[in-house]
Amino acid sequence: MSEGGHMTGAVAIEGARERRVRADGVELCVAELGDRAQPTVLLVHGYPDSKEVWSEVAVRLAERFHVVLYDVRGHGGSTAPKPLRGGFTLEKLTDDFLAVADAVSPDRPVHLVGHDWGSVQGWEFVTVERAEGRIASFTSMSGPSLDHMGHWIKRRMKRPTPRRVAQLLGQGAKSWYVYVLHTPLLPELAWRGPLGRRWPGMVRRAEKLPQGGYPTPSLPTDAAHGAWLYRDNMRARLAHPRDDAYAHAPVQLITPLEDPFLSEQLYDDLESWAPRLTRRTLSAKHWIPRTRPDQLASWITEFVMATEGGRPAPTATGKYTDRFGGQLVLVTGAAGGIGRATAFAFAEAGARVVAVDLDAEGAARTAELSRLIGAPESWAETVDVSDEQAMEKLAEKVAAEYGVVDVLVNNAGIGLSGSFLDTTTEDWRKVLDVNLWGVIHGCRLFGKQMAERGQGGHIVNTASAAAYLPSRSLPAYGTSKAAVLMLSECLRAELAGQGIGVSAICPGIVNTSITSTARFTGVDAEEEKRRQRKTARLYGLRNYPPEKVADAVLRAVVRNQAVVPVSPEAHGGRLLSRLAPRALRALARLEPPL
Amino acid sequence: MTSAQTGGHTAELRGFRQVQTLAYECAEAVAAQLKPGVSEREAARMQRRWLRERGVRDWFHLPFAWFGDRTAFVGFRIPLQFFPTDRRLEAGMPFILDMAPIYKGFTADIGYSGSLGPNPLHDKLITDLQAHRELILRGVRERRPLREIYQDVDRLMVRQGYANRHRAYPFGVIAHKVGRVKERRSSPHVFGFGTQSLKGLAADALHGHRDGWSPLWSPYQFSDHPPQPGLWAVEPHLGFRGTGAKFEEILVVTDSRDAEESAFWLDDDLPHVRRWAKETCR
Repeated sequence: MSEGGHMTGAVAIEGARERRVRADGVELCVAELGDRAQPTVLLVHGYPDSKEVWSEVAVRLAERFHVVLYDVRGHGGSTAPKPLRGGFTLEKLTDDFLAVADAVSPDRPVHLVGHDWGSVQGWEFVTVERAEGRIASFTSMSGPSLDHMGHWIKRRMKRPTPRRVAQLLGQGAKSWYVYVLHTPLLPELAWRGPLGRRWPGMVRRAEKLPQGGYPTPSLPTDAAHGAWLYRDNMRARLAHPRDDAYAHAPVQLITPLEDPFLSEQLYDDLESWAPRLTRRTLSAKHWIPRTRPDQLASWITEFVMATEGGRPAPTATGKYTDRFGGQLVLVTGAAGGIGRATAFAFAEAGARVVAVDLDAEGAARTAELSRLIGAPESWAETVDVSDEQAMEKLAEKVAAEYGVVDVLVNNAGIGLSGSFLDTTTEDWRKVLDVNLWGVIHGCRLFGKQMAERGQGGHIVNTASAAAYLPSRSLPAYGTSKAAVLMLSECLRAELAGQGIGVSAICPGIVNTSITSTARFTGVDAEEEKRRQRKTARLYGLRNYPPEKVADAVLRAVVRNQAVVPVSPEAHGGRLLSRLAPRALRALARLEPPL
Repeated sequence: MTSAQTGGHTAELRGFRQVQTLAYECAEAVAAQLKPGVSEREAARMQRRWLRERGVRDWFHLPFAWFGDRTAFVGFRIPLQFFPTDRRLEAGMPFILDMAPIYKGFTADIGYSGSLGPNPLHDKLITDLQAHRELILRGVRERRPLREIYQDVDRLMVRQGYANRHRAYPFGVIAHKVGRVKERRSSPHVFGFGTQSLKGLAADALHGHRDGWSPLWSPYQFSDHPPQPGLWAVEPHLGFRGTGAKFEEILVVTDSRDAEESAFWLDDDLPHVRRWAKETCR
């Protein structure tokens, strides 16, 4: 193996030092970033790509690590083997990897990261004996081990239950391009011809990629050569998978849930192959190194640090740890009730939590307990959501100190009950300021940050069952919540194109302290106190816990649901509002028993 | 108990204090022996054996042991679920030992919370119990209706971010009266409760019903009365997402007009109180 020479051609990675590494019959183009004294993170690209697919992730990782990328043989600046047939076997690709690893980090094992075919290769490296001790950790994205996949298919063929057949057919349909790539010559002609010209536009539209130096001009050649990755390995490995493909390093599996080429079920039995497995999921399509560089850099950093420190990666034990681990979640109205329960649920899922409330002590308490149940970091912020300037300051501070919010929960709200004619303009102003304007400020400020970052996100607004259940006793409150519901629906339509989901939660009657602070109009102070007590007692008897609403919030984000009624009465009310609105109008005339 | 600390009373309180100390010693001894793999049943048996060896023959209730999320009574629907199970202790798990031995006719009812190895969340819960001990004593000294004190405790728990788990106990009680029990040769128990003690509780309930008070301190209407003189085993129980913590000890209520003497904790030299004192020193 030798080094030297200078690479020509398009290099889109800022600050990269290039070198060439010779390995078994080819010369590989290797780029390095960051401080060589730091742990080495080695990024391997997929098909049809070159190392530039990692440019966004690499510069982010270079702040803390020695980052190395190389063009797989036959791609980008690396030379192709001659002849092509038989030159792309996983054995030869393993030689390349070992040559690069020895050149860039001779004394320490590297942290391997692979996407697509880079991940397929990574699985080979991390499961073959000769690479043992050269890999400290492996992060896999959208590329299963061919051996695991071979066993996966075999198991499903051997005992074909309906579910297993469906899984086989599903993945079989998603793999259409694999069959096409096996035809001789045709793929090469297409890539060097019209497909090569059209591909950048196609993938940009389908995946909503941001503008930038991707794909590189070498695409037609990369794609034509890369067809041999499939031809040299797929049939052989799937037909005769290795039985000893056990990972010898900890593995982090990052699964984009909307991947059009790979189904999640492929990884169902992965724990038996990789016992030290950390699962991560994100709502995105296939090309996550382009569309979600921040999230990937943060998960890779966390995993590498955890492995280097010898600690187990996640401490959180919640249900959606794979989805929310390390994400930044901001909850308003977090000092009690639904807001606090939501903050706790996100904390349990390993999210970093910003607890916002007017009640400083309560918010601090939420933040403190959040850390104890799994949030790696949490902060309390004392802000009145109805105060535009205070919210602007909060948004600036959060962006500068904690980062761009991944999930925003606009939950802060106040109660107001009493007839319309008894409701003063001051009452109206108060309830609209908090319940509606608070949500508007939140969506406007944090939604803008999300959209500008361009890497997705989610906004949850707490509406209410009162948003669709008319009542003579809740004109102002119901109006404010109906506005929140419609705002959420409109915003959802607007932000869908940018991968940002918006959900409106309609909890129903939930046992929180909103009743004891609610204002009752048209009655004196003493009567107001009595009604607060009475309502609190009724809500207490109903005793629907805010924790269930919090679960619904997390589920809504994971499933990207639009409108989520939570308690049975909220569900029933929504059904009635569609089927029998006149019945609801009749009910709306009744005086509540207070 | 009719008047404040007369001579006879002091002797009687000494008896109660002695058995309460014994019970807490048992809890600490058993807690020290707990290790990964020990089941709730085994822990309950260890408490029983330890106390029997030291002369305990009768029980207000048999020893309980709860491990892991059972300390917060997660998913408890029927009272039978309180009884020890085969749940095994693991590193970092919280546990609660709860026992009510009767020794020489004096009853104790104690609860001891701990964790097997470090558990910062559980530590936090125990620390936060201190405010409840102070709140309850203050309320009783002010002669506020028991039901209102119960609601104050509830509100404090909500403010702290916790759930009230004593609500899961029979009648949702935060406390119940205990008293002297006649020593008999046989001491049968039904559903884990000593028949002698149940008899005492039933007698109290009957008297109380006539006079408008109840030996059970609950959130319900029948607890809407000022504190009744006597000995109350008080057991606030916090729960937070699968972790629970409690203490249980005896509060002495008298009819003295002096605030300090009208209510006081039987003993301040208890593991949780010592722990809080150490925390404040730090």
